[in-house]
Amino acid sequence: MPSTEFEKIVLAGADDHDLTRLSEYERVGGYQSLRKALGMERQAVLDELLAAGLRGRGGAGFPMGRKASFVPKPEQTTKPIYLTINADESEPGTFKDREIMQRVPHRLIEGALITAYTIGSNHVFIYIRGEYLSEFEIVRAALAEARDRGLVGANVLGSGWNCTIVLHRGAGAYICGEETALLESLEGKRGQPRSKPPFPALQGLYASPTLINNVETIATVPPIIEKGGAWYAQFGVPNSAGTRVFSLSGNVANGGNYELPMGISLRELIYDIGGGIPDGRKLKAIIPGGSSTPVLTADDIDTALDFDAIGAAGSMLGSGAIIAIDDRACMVQLALRVAQFYQHESCGKCTPCREGTRWMVNIIEKVETGHAQQGDLDLLLSVCDRILGKCLCPLGDAAAMPVASYVDRFREEFQAHIDQGCCPFGDSSSLDRILSPVQQHARLLRELAVIA
Amino acid sequence: MTALYDEIQQVAAQYPQRRSAVIPALRLAQEAHGGWLPPAAFREVADALELTPAYCQSVASFYDMFQLEPVGKHMIEVCTNISCALVGAQATLEAFESELGIRAGETTPDGEFTLRTIECLGGCGWGTVVSCDHRYRHYVKPEDASRVVEELRHAEH
Repeated sequence: MPSTEFEKIVLAGADDHDLTRLSEYERVGGYQSLRKALGMERQAVLDELLAAGLRGRGGAGFPMGRKASFVPKPEQTTKPIYLTINADESEPGTFKDREIMQRVPHRLIEGALITAYTIGSNHVFIYIRGEYLSEFEIVRAALAEARDRGLVGANVLGSGWNCTIVLHRGAGAYICGEETALLESLEGKRGQPRSKPPFPALQGLYASPTLINNVETIATVPPIIEKGGAWYAQFGVPNSAGTRVFSLSGNVANGGNYELPMGISLRELIYDIGGGIPDGRKLKAIIPGGSSTPVLTADDIDTALDFDAIGAAGSMLGSGAIIAIDDRACMVQLALRVAQFYQHESCGKCTPCREGTRWMVNIIEKVETGHAQQGDLDLLLSVCDRILGKCLCPLGDAAAMPVASYVDRFREEFQAHIDQGCCPFGDSSSLDRILSPVQQHARLLRELAVIA
Repeated sequence: MTALYDEIQQVAAQYPQRRSAVIPALRLAQEAHGGWLPPAAFREVADALELTPAYCQSVASFYDMFQLEPVGKHMIEVCTNISCALVGAQATLEAFESELGIRAGETTPDGEFTLRTIECLGGCGWGTVVSCDHRYRHYVKPEDASRVVEELRHAEH
């Protein structure tokens, strides 16, 4: 595989060793970073994370060290401090945290311990999405091994420092990947986001100071402590330090997760590593950071995969999930399917998102079936605009941004549906007739109503 | 006290506040009640955690993995989100519909299988992803449907 020419950091060693086993992980230097960190001042560990320039890998890209520095020091608070790890990976197109948990669970646990020590926390919760049953079992087994070895629990490695780790499984809700919804869910409630401020760093889990980080972010901590923040910052490009485990999917020959330095181009990822577009088809569009990010076109193929370059191209690097779309796909059907997803996952708390996602679906359906009128595209964009920035959490934006971008970048295709009074693809689009969970629910409800 | 009550107490002891155990407790109750949550399940979880049945039901109704209606012995969930859709998820879904003789969202009359579509499961590079009794299968093609159904029919569950 061409990807082996790049040095791996998060998944390092996993190709040659079964790193789900503690003995194998120790053979590649596992838990030495924890020993090292426990011998350092907390501030010195934090300084390495700041020097590394590590930005959060969940989607927002906030600098990890700075986020950690917002948490009050133990001597500044009477409350317990919590570390919560977001393993609720649910952004369509994203499956890298799953691979990290499958292949390097101990690196995640070691990163959790170092991070907890750094912020003065004795309690870690790992919130794993409910559907990831096998991954939960792998992390649970690794945790049991680590506990038996005195790496987790009371008096970690004889340091006098205590740290518990609790695995908590979700139960199927995309919104729980949003940090305040995750906390609500972890407190045993419906996963509805909170108003911010207060930010979780001051009032998070059980109204106590809480740091929340993504799985990949946490699994990057041990190598940074082992080799230093300056070493890590050499990888990638300025403002986008390090590697990312990119998730590649859609119409591409070799879908999968690839850990690569940030700044690699979409062309290298999709063509050199991903093997290009199969069946002799042409690349039409690229979703660069998960389904919530604005779409790029084939003309953007030489854009670099880093925060700034993707931003300059008009999109976001998000969760690092790249979806390649070939010329068989109808963009109206794509918009419909994405809008249906966000309608399904809207928690219902904020009106613009709850009602707006439904209106988006209704209008796009009319466009797709040829029942839209002139002016409906502007109506759709207006609905998007009335959601953007007007909700407590980013879910509404996550629906509005991509849908507005499809209209913006592929307006002629949308317009053709209206002008021709039907889908120009006929039934030949790769997304034709795709049944979404919201449509499935609606159909069942309609039939129940008929019976009643 | 019942085995379920004791199990819930064990889980609840992991958390600073017992209410945090409501999702794991509902999951245990669902397993104990054949894969769904009848009214009795909410009463049992409520008793064990000193909550109300209505509260437990309100939490359960928020989450996709809690079933509020009876389901089949085996659950087949086909991802139809965009990455899987682009590589033929609809054809795979239809193959399961025709193999089982039901449509997505329904349960076979013999109570053996529930088939449904599901939002992104997180296996996007290896689609179509189908979750069978919560174990993922990747690259599932229409022609695999009959084999998958046969395997599940004979699986211990």
